Formats: sequence, C-alpha cells, structure tokens
Amino acid sequence: MSFLAPSLPREIAADTPASPAQAGLPIRLRGITRSFGARAVLHDIDLDIAPGQFVAIVGRSGSGKSTLLRLLAGLDQPDGGEVRLGDQSPRDAAPGLRIMFQDGRLLPWRRVLDNVALGLPRAHRPRATAALHAVGLADRARDWPRVLSGGQKQRVALARALAADPQLILLDEPLGALDALTRLEMQSLIESLWQRAAFTAVLVTHDVAEAAILADRILLIENGAIALDLAVDLPRPRRAGAALAEIESQVLDRILGRS
Amino acid sequence: MSEQVKVFCFFSSEKKKSLSFFHPAWASFLKERLKDLLPTARALLPSVVPVALLIIWELLSATGAVPERKLPSPHRVLIAFWHLTRTGELPHDVLISTLRAATGFAIGGSLGFCVGLAAGISRLAENLFDGTMQMLRMVPHLALIPLIIVWFGIGESAKVFLVAVGVFFPIYYNTYHGIRTIDAGLLEMARVQGLSGPALFSEVILPGALPSILVGIRYALGIMWLTLIVAETIAGNSGIGFMTMNAREFMQTDVVVLGILLYAVLGKLIDMVARFIEREALAWHPSFSQA
Repeated sequence: MSFLAPSLPREIAADTPASPAQAGLPIRLRGITRSFGARAVLHDIDLDIAPGQFVAIVGRSGSGKSTLLRLLAGLDQPDGGEVRLGDQSPRDAAPGLRIMFQDGRLLPWRRVLDNVALGLPRAHRPRATAALHAVGLADRARDWPRVLSGGQKQRVALARALAADPQLILLDEPLGALDALTRLEMQSLIESLWQRAAFTAVLVTHDVAEAAILADRILLIENGAIALDLAVDLPRPRRAGAALAEIESQVLDRILGRS
Repeated sequence: MSEQVKVFCFFSSEKKKSLSFFHPAWASFLKERLKDLLPTARALLPSVVPVALLIIWELLSATGAVPERKLPSPHRVLIAFWHLTRTGELPHDVLISTLRAATGFAIGGSLGFCVGLAAGISRLAENLFDGTMQMLRMVPHLALIPLIIVWFGIGESAKVFLVAVGVFFPIYYNTYHGIRTIDAGLLEMARVQGLSGPALFSEVILPGALPSILVGIRYALGIMWLTLIVAETIAGNSGIGFMTMNAREFMQTDVVVLGILLYAVLGKLIDMVARFIEREALAWHPSFSQA
C-alpha cells in the first residue's frame, strides 16, 4: 500500500511522549457462558490470547462474536465463567483498554482533535495530536466530525483508540461500513499501527478475507462455541495470493459446511 | 366614447415605448443590477409586511376610516412613545417589566433545569418526579392567578412566582427529554474512554442535551412574556401591562397601543438573542451550521 506511506511518518512514533514499550495484555477466558432469555449465545468458552497477538473472530451474524467482544470490554457480564485481562477483571483493566466501534461514535459537538483527546488527561494532549498525525489526519484537527467522509471518521476513531496508548484494542467490525478501497487502506493502517505499538488486538469481523490479511489467529464462532482455531503464519504485509486464499477457503468451508 | 378611445390609445402607445426599452443589452444590464441587489432585497424581505401594515394603518387613520379614538394612527403612537420616554415613565415601566421577567425566568428556569437534569440522569429521580411533573404540566399556570393573589397579594412576588411557574415546565421537560434521547452508543463510547462524573457530564451529557434544552428555553421565553402581560394587566401598579391598563382608564388609546407594540418589539428582541445563542452554541449541528 505505497499510497499510504506518506501519511505514516515513521518519526512520529519516536516523538510520541509515552513510548509504546508497554506490552500487550494477555487474555484468559474460562468457562464463559452468556444467555439472553432462554437462548445461550455463548456456551462454556475457554480461550487464551497471548500478549501482542492479533486475533480475528469471525462468524455468521448472531453467532455471538460481538457478545464475546462486549464481555472482553466489560460492557456486558457473563452468566458464568471468568474473564481475565492480564491478572485483572475487564473493569479494572479498563484504563488500558479501548474499543473501535463500527459506527465510529465520534462526538458531533467536539472538533476532531478534541474527539481524539477524549478522556486523556490534559498533560497527555500532545499524544492526541500524534495519534491524529499517525492516521494521516493532522490537517483536519479543527474540523467538525460531520464534514469528514466515512473512512476519515473511522481513522479519527482509530486515533482516539490509540491516543491513550492502550494494551488492548477491541475492534468491533470497524470497517464494516466502508467501501472496498477505503477498507484496504484502513487494513494496512491498522496493521502498521499495531506492529509499531505492540498492543493485543481482537477484531470482530464477518469478512474472512480481512481476518486472513490482518490476524495471527482466526477464531470461528458457531452456535456459541469456538468451532475453528486457525493460526495464520504468513509474512506481513500480506497480499492476495495462493497462501491467503487457502486460509480463506479453510474458514469459509467450515462456515458454509462444505468439505 | 371618444375619451375612452383616447385612454386606450394612450396605454397602448405607452406599452410600445416600454417594449423598446427591452433591448437585449439593456435587459442583461438590468439583470446584473438586480443580481447585485438580491442580497439586500433578501435582507429587507422580512420587514416588508410590518412596514406595509404600518403604511396601511396610517392611511386608514388619515382618511378617517378608522376613528382615532378606537385606534390611534402610528405617528400618534410614536408621539406618545416620545412623550412618555421624556417623562421617564416608559423607561421605568420597561425596566420593571424586564426585571420581573428576568427574575422569574432565572428562578423557574434554573429549577426546571435542575429537576430535569436529575430526572434525566437518575432513574430514581425520574420515578420520583416525572409522573407528578407530567400531571402538573397539564394545569394551565394562569389558572393559579386567583390563588396567587390570595397568597402573595398583587406585589412583585406574585408576578415573579407566576413567571417562574410558567417557564419551569418547558425547561424541565426539554432538559429531561434531551438527556434521555442522547445516543446510548456515545455514552458507552465515553465510558470506554474512561469518562465518568463531571467529565462525562460536560463532554457528552450537556452538549448532547443542549439542542433540546435550547428549544425549551425559546419556548419558555414566549411563555415568560405571555405570563407577565397577563399578570401585569390583571393586577399591578407598575410595568408595561399596568401602563396600558392605566391608560385605558383615561381613554389614552395611543398609550395602550404603544404598550402592545412594546411587547412585540421586546419579544422579538429576546427571540433574536435566543437564536443567536442557538447558532453559537450549536455550530456543530447540521441544522445550525453557517457554512
């Protein structure tokens, strides 16, 4: 993605006040169960994610993948089992955790830079500027969110998630509403920022190709359980090719019930 | 018969002449000039109707179609304005009315805002207050006048109290409603970003509810005027309402009309201020953006 390179000045990483030396957060789930009414959405899930790993969770709509993400974020509580982020509960680990939502969720009444700085202590405001620079939108700092395109809004949301220098970023179908070209741009942006900052990333997506391009590991959730746990050991940045297609078809075959 | 023909000829020749004006170059020149004038014309457009009404009114008075005793002509109202301003009577009454309006608005508005805030933020406060509020909201506050006269007499506190009651409900309701309709996704996002307490309030809750709160304020400003006029007209010994009722006793219809026009002008001024605040505070909002 050479067209993206100019917007990602390498020296910014060095200028960022807080060094990205903080390691990613490990995740440990034991016996997670969550039901809504009589319907069990997640059933007895055990899962370990290593610090700094990029994990993609795929599955059909309603398979429980978003519920799993909300449990990790502490936005929802399991009916049974235990979620540990590092050695803490999601609630206690909240300061080191950020979410990037599908719909961006920028505050329409705050300018772009103020949106990125949301929740940062005043002394850390330079980090917001650096994060905005890292996503290539430094020149839009004073704009209102409504004048941005869909892709630009998601970049601002990404900058906001990065600004606090988190140890874990949860991505809830962040590229679902974007056009194909913008998706590709955003994928490589997310990958390069993840490589630089070394946080743990959990991406929920229904796009198997996206999962294959970005993830170290693909989890398929089906009927409330992990149906497939596939390591993707390919060099980065990944481009469309036989190896990637092989991974994709493995996952798709499983989802669609083809042998 | 011959005269009619003459008249006809006169018009037709005039028409031919005017047609010759519309040489293409001349027409395009006119068009350009009109284009230059367009912004000015648009700015003047809202004042066309009031000015036309004044002119018609003045003409009707001048021709005697409307007797001066029933409805004095605009220039006589203007003279009354000048006279009362010089004696200091008018500024004094306007000041008193404005103070009453402002005091009542400040008290009722801040109470309405606080209770609306509580009901919007806390389920407990909502359960405690909202049912009662919805019930009381249905009572026309002017129906309280007899009771208020018994409680407070006809002094200052009666009018201020009535204005406060009038503005309380629209501000309560719009504050409460504004907070309750904030996008739940934004609140969730703000909590993930680590906001809570005062920061959550100032970054998300207040700005999110502001469009609704400002609607409540504009509505309340209208009610404030209405209440004050009624209160001052029914009972009082000062203020614009009193001035007009007093003038009626002496058949000074010019002063009565002056009082009515004053309410219109002051009301318009307040609305302009409210609109200005709206535009400044909601610059982020697509409906209020200038660009």
